Amino acid sequence: MASKAYDAGVKEYREMYWAPDYVPLDTDILACFKCTGQPGVPREEVAAAVAAESSTGTWSTVWSELLTDLEYYKGRAYRIEDVPGDSESFYAFIAYPIDLFEEGSVVNVLTSLVGNVFGFKALRHLRLEDIRFPIAYVKTCGGPPAGIQVERDRLNKYGRPLLGCTIKPKLGLSAKNYGRAVYECLRGGLDFTKDDENVNSQPFMRWRDRFEFVAEAIDKAQRETGERKGHYLNVTAPTPEEMYKRAEFAKEVGCPIIMHDFLTGGFTANTGLANWCRDNGMLLHIHRAMHAVIDRHPKHGIHFRVLAKCLRLSGGDHLHTGTVVGKLEGDRAATLGFVDQLRESFVPEDRSRGVFFDQDWGSMPGLFAVASGGIHVWHMPALVAIFGDDSVLQFGGGTQGHPWGNAAGAAANRVALEATVKARNEGREIEKEARDILTEAAKNSPELAVAMETWKEIKFEFDVVDKLDVG
Amino acid sequence: MSISNAEIGDYKTRISLETFSFLPKFTQEEIYEQINYLLSIGLTPAIEHEHPDNAFEHYWTMWKLPMFGESDPVKVMDEIEACRRSYPDHHIRLMGYDNYAQSQGVCFVVHEGRP
Repeated sequence: MASKAYDAGVKEYREMYWAPDYVPLDTDILACFKCTGQPGVPREEVAAAVAAESSTGTWSTVWSELLTDLEYYKGRAYRIEDVPGDSESFYAFIAYPIDLFEEGSVVNVLTSLVGNVFGFKALRHLRLEDIRFPIAYVKTCGGPPAGIQVERDRLNKYGRPLLGCTIKPKLGLSAKNYGRAVYECLRGGLDFTKDDENVNSQPFMRWRDRFEFVAEAIDKAQRETGERKGHYLNVTAPTPEEMYKRAEFAKEVGCPIIMHDFLTGGFTANTGLANWCRDNGMLLHIHRAMHAVIDRHPKHGIHFRVLAKCLRLSGGDHLHTGTVVGKLEGDRAATLGFVDQLRESFVPEDRSRGVFFDQDWGSMPGLFAVASGGIHVWHMPALVAIFGDDSVLQFGGGTQGHPWGNAAGAAANRVALEATVKARNEGREIEKEARDILTEAAKNSPELAVAMETWKEIKFEFDVVDKLDVG
Repeated sequence: MSISNAEIGDYKTRISLETFSFLPKFTQEEIYEQINYLLSIGLTPAIEHEHPDNAFEHYWTMWKLPMFGESDPVKVMDEIEACRRSYPDHHIRLMGYDNYAQSQGVCFVVHEGRP
């Protein structure tokens, strides 16, 4: 092999990183970025700059490049596509050799792909739309500690979505009063209750007191209902050491599931905690505080489908996905696009759902999609139609806002859920017949009748900010 | 709107048996519809029974074997009835095994035994 001469200075990125003839390897990590360049910068140059800055390149040629084989290690921009209905942006597809990344580390992948490049001056905006993780990389990651199938078996819940509820008010309750609210929800028929994400270990309720009272509430509800129950004890903490201490105690008091906030806590903490859960037979519920900061702008940031894929690799048994119908942002097709990424073993490219690549998950377990935020009994048929059985439907205000209290609110939701699932199994069109299905069920459930009366006027009809790109 | 306690219903905790236990007891026709559903999505029907005192345990006793290859809902209904005659004081549940997900796509109690 002939050696190359060193040519100092600044080269155009596209000389080295724009490779339209490149055929991606099965082992490459592929990424699709939506790029909005500064006026006058050619698309190929922008795409090549993104490829360079997110892989081996820097702004100037350096002599030490010649000590390695950059042809082997560099990322390549291999395709450019128009964004439907948007003339100022375009999609850049970039292939990265698998050896650029440490095995089993979504931290390392993200540090490269969404690192310095996002502040690059030649770009006005940049958004990571999708990543294709090759199966070779997927197999290096731990994934969900238990997965859908194991969780169903442990908890004996089959043939329906699970029901949960975030305990409110989200801040300020004492541990004993908090445990009371948990007990009331669980005895009324919910499968789970949940710590609000903001609940960690504040002066009004220290974590250890909360864990003890909640454990007693779960035990009593299980004894009295004959059903298996849980409460997501939030172990998100200021340090990993503190997080593991809380996780150990949750296990000690017999709670089957704990909870973590994967973005504010960070992927390193999350991956470690998922590994701990796998070793200790604990389920892991994942909340997504901070996601809208990163994923809501249509031209800048990271689409949630990427964060969802990274979470599946890092590990979690439940992940919040939005509700489509409730108080929080979420387009139906786009939501279904990333819900598939959580649950299926293979997801084909489907631009109508915002899925840019085939994704093979191999044998990695799937996780439950969690719909939570501003939902109530009237939404039940739509939620079952959208999310299917492998989901957790969480009604916070929709349980505890019931005029008769938490237990009656829980029973109302359970009746509405079971009536909807029964109707679906009988072949009825549950979204169209929602009113009839719920009204029939309410004849045998005064709790449901009161819930339907209470929430009959509530709607959340605002247009979504982040829509799929269509012409 | 303030509500007086006199208007509030008392929710009584009760033993429930997971999926569909918050609905009125299913009629024979309603059970038949659910069997139709599980067969139509390719699940294998199976029947289990257990004394109510042991209902919380993961394993209930199998009634014979799962009905592999069965496509006639009437035959499944007949087996439920045969199980009920043999164990009238036991809970009986119908399940649909999903061999792809290695899970159960359907599972609910079709007959409640008297404790």
